Amino acid sequence: MAKPRDVTDSTFEAEVLKAEKPVLVDFWAPWCGPCRMVAPVVEELADDYAGKVDFVKLNTDENPDTAVKYGIRSIPTLLVFKEGEVAGQIVGFRPKSDLAQRLDAVV
Amino acid sequence: MPDRHCDIAIIGAGPAGLAAGLYAARARRTTVLFEREVTGGQISTTSIIENYPGIDEVDGFELGQRMQRQAEKYGTEMALTAVSAIEPRESSFRLATGNGDYSARTVIYTSGADYNKLGIPGEVKLTGKGVSYCATCDAAFFKDQVCAVVGGGDAAMDEGLFVTRFASEVHVIHRRDELRASKILQERAFANDKMQFHWDTVVTEIEGDDAVKRLLLKNVTTDETSMLDIAAVFIFIGLTPNTTLVKDLLKLDGDGHIYVNEWMETEVPGLFAAGDVRVNSARQVATAAGDGVTAAIRADHFISEHFDS
Repeated sequence: MAKPRDVTDSTFEAEVLKAEKPVLVDFWAPWCGPCRMVAPVVEELADDYAGKVDFVKLNTDENPDTAVKYGIRSIPTLLVFKEGEVAGQIVGFRPKSDLAQRLDAVV
Repeated sequence: MPDRHCDIAIIGAGPAGLAAGLYAARARRTTVLFEREVTGGQISTTSIIENYPGIDEVDGFELGQRMQRQAEKYGTEMALTAVSAIEPRESSFRLATGNGDYSARTVIYTSGADYNKLGIPGEVKLTGKGVSYCATCDAAFFKDQVCAVVGGGDAAMDEGLFVTRFASEVHVIHRRDELRASKILQERAFANDKMQFHWDTVVTEIEGDDAVKRLLLKNVTTDETSMLDIAAVFIFIGLTPNTTLVKDLLKLDGDGHIYVNEWMETEVPGLFAAGDVRVNSARQVATAAGDGVTAAIRADHFISEHFDS
């Protein structure tokens, strides 16, 4: 299983903004119940989209700068980046089929 | 593909559905529990539950997970997919789901209720940008900022008190002149220096472009309007039962709850309803669990009477 790797405030630019492939970023925090539900769904998607989309996660407690920069005020939030720009945003828990649909629409 | 078959299909994995699953599986009935979103239902986003007998204090999400593990331990099968239709057949029910069709001898409908939206300008546009229906998810983003909570019931006070851990001030906007929350939550809310109360007041608009900036308020007794600058508003103004799948099958009360008898039986034999979706529910974790247990025991009896020889 392709576990989404952690990105931080300091690695965000290199790993997300300058990435060649589209990147889905899962903004989460340890205290957020629905985030714990989203995580396994994102892992499954990471398998399904392996090679096409990169999957990473960012802990908003430890990396507040990036969360603030992208106006994250609700988690879980998933942002899809293409060529350094936000191409899609999903707020709150959604079933896998919904997420795949939204992802297909932007990548 | 042929229908998959089960004895008891349960729709909705909140406390009612999970408790029903536990009892149904322990009665050795093949049991499938359908959930379209998050295990736990409303409690999945409740920060602390401290009124479930025997458990001093537990995170709501954790309690839901524990209930699921317990139901699965005895054989309940979880199906994380939405049910799109329930069709009564001669001696079974046909369920259309995201995993294909199922046939079930009995159905326990535990779909719960969803938080109401205010339905005012700015609400949809600013959801996730300071408009929230889950304080435990979002309150931490508003450290040392001014927040508002709309509502006067248990959920509004619970969540409002949770928001005070982060926010500098929490303004409670309530359309009546007294709270409906339980007395112990009222005492805590009134004793908290960060909580401020706006009585007889409704929110008419949420302003902001990329983020919530202010609320427009109206006093319903004086018609006086005012503005309140805030960074976030948490909305807890009651619930609407999820009865889309049964509204053409069953009689509902004015608010959309399903009529049941003391055995959680609906007017359709073999179809049960339990938890927040039924009439006169006390809407507590403990009562929902109790309802689910009652429905599962009755469903087991129903199968014995009609199918076991």
